[in-house]
Amino acid sequence: MTDALLSVRNLSVAFTTYGRTQPVLHGVSLDVPARSHVALVGESGSGKTVTMKSIMGLLHMPPASISSGAILYDGRDLLTMPRRERLKLTGTDMSMVFQDPMSSLNPVFTIADQMSTILKYADKRLGRSRSRRQRMDRVLEVLGQVRMREPERVARSYPIMLSGGMRQRVLIAMALLSEPRLLIADEPGTALDVTTQAQILKLLKDLVEERGLALLMITHNLGVVRETSDYVYVMHKGKVVEEAPTAELFAAPKVAYTRALIDAVPRLTGARPTQRMEAAP
Amino acid sequence: MNARQSPLLEVVDLVKSFPVYNAFGSRSGELVAVDHVSFSIRRGGIYGLAGESGSGKSTIARMIMGLLAPTGGDVLLGSENITGTLGTRARSRQVQMVFQNPGSSLNPRRTIGQSIAVPLEAHAYPRADRRRRITELLDMVQLPASFADRYPHELSGGQKQRVAIARALAVAPQLIVLDEPTSALDVSVQAKVIELLTELGRQLDLTYLFISHDLSLMRNFADEVGILYRGRIVESGPTAKVFEHPEHDYTRLLIASVPVISAEEEALRPHIPLIDGEIPTAEKLLALRESQRTTEVPKRI
Repeated sequence: MTDALLSVRNLSVAFTTYGRTQPVLHGVSLDVPARSHVALVGESGSGKTVTMKSIMGLLHMPPASISSGAILYDGRDLLTMPRRERLKLTGTDMSMVFQDPMSSLNPVFTIADQMSTILKYADKRLGRSRSRRQRMDRVLEVLGQVRMREPERVARSYPIMLSGGMRQRVLIAMALLSEPRLLIADEPGTALDVTTQAQILKLLKDLVEERGLALLMITHNLGVVRETSDYVYVMHKGKVVEEAPTAELFAAPKVAYTRALIDAVPRLTGARPTQRMEAAP
Repeated sequence: MNARQSPLLEVVDLVKSFPVYNAFGSRSGELVAVDHVSFSIRRGGIYGLAGESGSGKSTIARMIMGLLAPTGGDVLLGSENITGTLGTRARSRQVQMVFQNPGSSLNPRRTIGQSIAVPLEAHAYPRADRRRRITELLDMVQLPASFADRYPHELSGGQKQRVAIARALAVAPQLIVLDEPTSALDVSVQAKVIELLTELGRQLDLTYLFISHDLSLMRNFADEVGILYRGRIVESGPTAKVFEHPEHDYTRLLIASVPVISAEEEALRPHIPLIDGEIPTAEKLLALRESQRTTEVPKRI
């Protein structure tokens, strides 16, 4: 038994559509220890998003079904615990930063409205309550934590009034509202320009450092993996094909698929990667 | 060898501005999307335009393609002035474009063969020869001839982009405008598409205008680059020079922001000073440099 904060054990997930069952995850295992920065990297269709959705309980079942495995959070299996118990953890103690800052916010409510609603329901699940004023204070506090220069102005804004980078900061702030111990980030910043992405990644790194959070970063970008994580899992076709400390993985990838993936990345130095693509399974 | 040295495409002082209307429908200002941009591409060269969203990359591409009339400036192809939207059909024989998203640039109701046939029909390619030409084009992009009868939804993203490339090659153009041709693809697929483009460029003596926000890719593919910021080329030159010795602050910030996967690349990234503990935005960095410059001046006097 591991003492990891989050531990996915041998998870298999299948989707059933039109009477046909298609397995998509084949025994995925991964560990996220407390205060660690872990990355899950893979190309489209590798199963990284399904893994994340299984953890957060966001899979629509059916069509999805979990055929085997366990997801241990703090040693307790999320898959077997009562729904009520699980809801006390997902979205509160483990929380999520979504990918697309353009579509993850409701255009007709102000940032303050949306954030205090999230806080209200998080409190409700945990059996706490706060006055409207206290909620607003917390919202402003968190907006300050994501380095918003003028939290009051941002809180009063509608999403359309904010830039992409600001919206991504709001999404991070939303995830921090309930003081989580685990942050799951799904491709943060990939919808943004490279300079804005660099700012967002630095912010995430600083935040998890300051607040002692565990971070599970889901991405397809190997550069992002190298900059934000200290341990990495590589997914391919529904399996974890390789895992290693990040520095080790880049220095000496062991599996042919990982090597091919690393070689396919264009280098800033302009060095032609050695042609090992054919070795890919 | 003189013909090789002469530029195929010349963009001279290109300007495009859009009127901005206020809530009451009256004209309240003007947005300059492309601000006096000039560059040229030599025959057989690959010119990269790099910039972030809103920098004017796609607007420039659309003006070269004749899809948008410039507010000012000229576009010269060879020695011919092709500015504006006139003569688009004649121009499309020489200039073709590959779009960003192959999922939406191919008509879902046409077979691959029918899609590739569109430019052939438009340019009155002999009917009897079309089938043979389509097979030939599919072969050039390394797809089997049987794909001609398939529909786009049966193909993967990489295969669809190959079809889009085949369609662009159909009329044997001289210049191909590649607008983010691989940004919708996985990196392993991207590597293969880029390899194909390089190969085709060499075989067919093509000239490319390559538009991308991916700087690492730009470094590998283009032999000359122009860095766009807010409609202006702030720095341009041979790719290696611009990447190894970036002079403009914006170029430096852009290169410093790229997430990289090796220590060698890290060493290449310029150091950008943090402002208030944060990586500065482009506006902030440039404003800071501007103020430093103006405060320095009196000291020299």
